[in-house]
Amino acid sequence: MPQFANIAVSILFDGLAYAMFLFITAVGLSVTMGLMGFVNLAHGAFAMAGGFIVVSLTRSYGIDFIPSLIIASVTIGLVSVRFEKRLYRRLYKSTDLEQVLLTIGLAFMAIAAFTYFYGPIPKSVPLPHWLEGDVNLGFRRFPTYRAFLIGLGTVLIAILWFVFEKTNIGAKIRAAVDNRRMAESVGINVDRLFTLTFAVGSGLAALGGGLAIQLFGLTPSFAVLYLVLFLIVVAVGGLGSLKGTLLAALVIGIIDTGGKYAFPVAGNLFIYAITALVLLIKPTGFYGRE
Amino acid sequence: MSEAKSRSSAFIEARDRATDYLVRRHYLRWTEALPWLVAVACFFLFPNRMTFGSQVLIMIMFALSLDLILGYAGIVTLGHAAFFGIGAYTVALASLRLGWSEPISGLAAAGVIAACVGVVVGWFILRYRGLTLLMLTIAFAAMLQESGNLRSDLTGGYDGLPGLMFDPLLGTFQYDLYGHTNFWYALAALAVVFYFVRRLVYSPFGQTLTGIRENVRRMHAIGSPVHLRLVTVYAISAGIAGVAGALFTQTNAYVTLTVFDFDSSAKVMVMLILGGTGRLYGPFLGAAVYMVLEDYFSKMSPTFWQFGIGILLVLTVLFARRGLLGLAEDIGGMRWGGRAADAAPRRLVWKPEHWKALGASAFDGGVLGFLVGFAVNMGHAELMTAYVTGLPAQVAVFTLGGAAIGAGINAFYLLLTSRSAVEGQAS
Repeated sequence: MPQFANIAVSILFDGLAYAMFLFITAVGLSVTMGLMGFVNLAHGAFAMAGGFIVVSLTRSYGIDFIPSLIIASVTIGLVSVRFEKRLYRRLYKSTDLEQVLLTIGLAFMAIAAFTYFYGPIPKSVPLPHWLEGDVNLGFRRFPTYRAFLIGLGTVLIAILWFVFEKTNIGAKIRAAVDNRRMAESVGINVDRLFTLTFAVGSGLAALGGGLAIQLFGLTPSFAVLYLVLFLIVVAVGGLGSLKGTLLAALVIGIIDTGGKYAFPVAGNLFIYAITALVLLIKPTGFYGRE
Repeated sequence: MSEAKSRSSAFIEARDRATDYLVRRHYLRWTEALPWLVAVACFFLFPNRMTFGSQVLIMIMFALSLDLILGYAGIVTLGHAAFFGIGAYTVALASLRLGWSEPISGLAAAGVIAACVGVVVGWFILRYRGLTLLMLTIAFAAMLQESGNLRSDLTGGYDGLPGLMFDPLLGTFQYDLYGHTNFWYALAALAVVFYFVRRLVYSPFGQTLTGIRENVRRMHAIGSPVHLRLVTVYAISAGIAGVAGALFTQTNAYVTLTVFDFDSSAKVMVMLILGGTGRLYGPFLGAAVYMVLEDYFSKMSPTFWQFGIGILLVLTVLFARRGLLGLAEDIGGMRWGGRAADAAPRRLVWKPEHWKALGASAFDGGVLGFLVGFAVNMGHAELMTAYVTGLPAQVAVFTLGGAAIGAGINAFYLLLTSRSAVEGQAS
């Protein structure tokens, strides 16, 4: 295979895996923001907490990686419901500023608490054997873990798409995102719907946090470091849009991987430039509503 | 007839009170001398801590610039460090590359350049609101930081530009080891900026900004050029942030790309919120309290301090939305206005929903305790990389303890908010 094509395939593959991580983690944020207009900057903290649960379960309690992921995302999903009922619910009608401050305060507290218990050094997890090494996909070999990530992401996208487009609950969510008042007046309990999507979204974030350990190594500052990235995916994709979030995750993931390969010194410059460009041209993102 | 007459005279009286308020509200009050007296007193009380003192003054100026757009015009930004950084690098680069080391003209140049950038950026981004605006401000600051890193031959990158030299102030005052010159220099600059901001917010222009914050549609409807006003105040605020950044470089003789950090933008917002937004002295109180607390606690333990900022933010949003100054006003009002109500005996009328609230609090406390118990155990296990025994007992103790604390807080809250007998009957 010629050198150039080889590199292009590598970038595409890594970018795709990265995009799947971004999508899984950010999709919950997008839907909750679309539903309630609630700016939840503690979303990254839920992801980080999920990641640390996975670290502890695998390393200290000897549970396998995959069951740990499931336990972590279910736990975080359930815990997030209490946060929503206790703290977030009071601020639905408040200004953006107050929501930003409360949730970033929670994120800071989470970072400090996890630093206290786990220390600031990046953590890793022991992977099962079948996720290590390379896998042969016919024309060349790829890292197994990234291939797994892409496969898992595809399955989750299919499930979410099905729930969103084909089920009654999905129809209710779409209706509430489009026009909250109208949805309420035809008898949809938007508050309960929101609690449900919030729990699922936070659970997915925890899953994303667990999956990210192998990609970047997990530190408590994950909660804020990657938060800006999630927000970018949400804003560029358009609030409350599954399609938009997926498209934005793909664009950001692949361009960032390619950009970092071609111009390593530029860092995240490409991501921010794309964000600014997209939002200046279309302030509501790819598929956002006016 | 007579009724109509009395109504109209009441109307005139009310109007007079309203106009009176508008005419008098910018008069200087004696309390306004307090912050400046405190600053001067600090100089004589802590002559060895004046390097820290000038940093406080600089952060006050930075928070004041944010107050202008956030508190008065209602523009939510998480990227104001961009302009602070532009100012900081203007004087650094002017001194290092152009040999322009005169400090006061450097301040002015930094302000003008930051304001010019503010006009251009503001023109583009101030058409948007909410999340879009928030993201654009973050992206702008981050892009500046990344471009600075790209040209690290010029900016020194994250290692920074150490050992900058500036000419003596006004050609006569040398910089001393204790930072005394710097303190008076920063205080004088702050006084000038504050005078300007005070004039601005009490002017008709300032009144337009408040109008835009409160009801932008109505401002459009009465023909106010909203976008132009917002861009103007954004540029002014950017200029002030630039001056603060320039002072930062001059007093530290050092600057790195970390001035553009997201943390820096978030920090100044926390200071402002803590003091109280949309009021002139909020930044003074907020920045001073924050800096002193940070100085004290972050020396003890940076992790602990980060937790402290988090709690501070959550409590401020939940219980003191108007900041410390607002809280002080509320407490003052309670003392003078609430005496009759306080004198009446308190009575708690127990209702079924109180059981529910108590149960929910106990449940949440239990969940939190359960998690903390797990985290403590996991953390220990993680540090020793071995399973720590006694997990069920430990988690059970934490869970029950959490539930008890949760229920206790709820009961305390109920007692606190229970109406006095007189009020209870009225409502």
